[in-house]
Amino acid sequence: MTTTAPDLRRDGVCAPRLLAGWFATGAPADRAAHAARYGPLPVADFRHRAGRAELVETVARAGLRGRGGGGFPTARKLAAVAAARGRPVVVANGCEGDPASLKDRVLLEIAPHLVIDGIVLAATAVRARDAVLCLGEGGLQVARVAAALAERSGTDPVDVRVTEVPHRYVASEESALARFLTRGDARPTMTPPRPAQRGVHGRPTLVDNVETLAHLALIARYGAEWYRGCGTAAAPGTTLVTIRGAVWKPGVYEVEYGTPLESVLDEAGGPAAPAGAVLVGGLGGAWLDLSAAADVAYTPEELRAAGADGGGVAALAVLPRRACGLAETARVVRYLAAESARQCGPCMFGLPALADDMTELAVGRGGPATPARLRQRLDVVRGRGACAHPDGAVAVVSSALRVFADDVERHLTGAPCSAAGLRPWLPVPGVGAWPGP
Amino acid sequence: MARSLKLVVDPTACRAHGLCAEMLPDVIRLDEWGYPILGPEPVVAGRERDVRAAVRACPTLALRLRRTDPSC
Repeated sequence: MTTTAPDLRRDGVCAPRLLAGWFATGAPADRAAHAARYGPLPVADFRHRAGRAELVETVARAGLRGRGGGGFPTARKLAAVAAARGRPVVVANGCEGDPASLKDRVLLEIAPHLVIDGIVLAATAVRARDAVLCLGEGGLQVARVAAALAERSGTDPVDVRVTEVPHRYVASEESALARFLTRGDARPTMTPPRPAQRGVHGRPTLVDNVETLAHLALIARYGAEWYRGCGTAAAPGTTLVTIRGAVWKPGVYEVEYGTPLESVLDEAGGPAAPAGAVLVGGLGGAWLDLSAAADVAYTPEELRAAGADGGGVAALAVLPRRACGLAETARVVRYLAAESARQCGPCMFGLPALADDMTELAVGRGGPATPARLRQRLDVVRGRGACAHPDGAVAVVSSALRVFADDVERHLTGAPCSAAGLRPWLPVPGVGAWPGP
Repeated sequence: MARSLKLVVDPTACRAHGLCAEMLPDVIRLDEWGYPILGPEPVVAGRERDVRAAVRACPTLALRLRRTDPSC
């Protein structure tokens, strides 16, 4: 490592890594600013066989895990792709299909070279000669990334091209991306085989989230120990989190893993109204009661233990106490039902059924049988899609029944909902205030 | 332990014809929309013939037999 590592801490708190340039200048980093901040791309160190193995080993020691929502150990994926038969290809996933999340778009806009560095390094580690950077169709970051690639034209040992992917919740699932890049159809496929074994045009395919790759670019420069200098032993490093809903300063923040949930929300100015619950993990995530979860450390394991499975997509949406969690959940599930790829029956028919049941509960039309029927349907739908999309809908509904249990009771007795007529809080495209069909 | 057989369904291929549940009522039940619910258990010894017949009968080839290696 020839470059001096940036300070780990500033004023006693973990210094931003990915967003450092943005905080220092308030402007997107061009190539010169990027190189001045982070130093040269150490790709020559990793091109020979021993170097490639060293890079994978360094990523393993750093404990880097995927930032797309799955949290899979990045080094294991690198090793699987490197060991598979055939010339691999790298797919950088910047599609960010969940409307609650903005962090990948922000990263691509303000630090595109960090992501491209990560793509080049990951490709080097698995001996790929070409890579595809997948972005949501028509986004502002498309031009920014194209300009960044033009700045480095001909200087990288890897051919990186940009592909725009249609907006759809499930399009950014890794098997859907592999299918899209092979046949133009952005819908998930049944696995196994996973893309690491057989992906784009049958080639071993490394699909990594763009934030994951940006962290990898820093690990390659400054080493595993530097990376582990923030965060916890089980969840080292920092992570980008989108914070929205009833907070004073909604936005994308870089958070040290292990920070208590309440302090994470304080980054965004804290709750802007007496807060009731927080939706953790995007629209396919889970509700947590904020008063009970305030001290939960923001790590995949601690969030799972608290009832939000692994954290999922790094997005937090705060719901004020006066809002109706049942109505919000009904709108979310209605949206998830509409976003089904309509390939698997339990998703295609099950999600609208969950949305209908949730709507009955939310608008006070449910009877005593409604919660029981809903719970039974949750058990039937769970785990029966080719991808995890139906499981996300099950997670958000199950957690709503738990966290808003008192509201369920009240709505069943026909008591008027104090939130009736208030505007919706969650960003749910295409679903109005009324969650019904 | 020898490798065992397990029934799996490709949910993207299944079109809810329901033949599998007709042929293997003790193994497969259908959900309220007509799609098969399969348990995680391997195929019971002695039922391999029936199970293979159901796999062959699936009109969309969604029902499959997968060898499960107990080591993985």
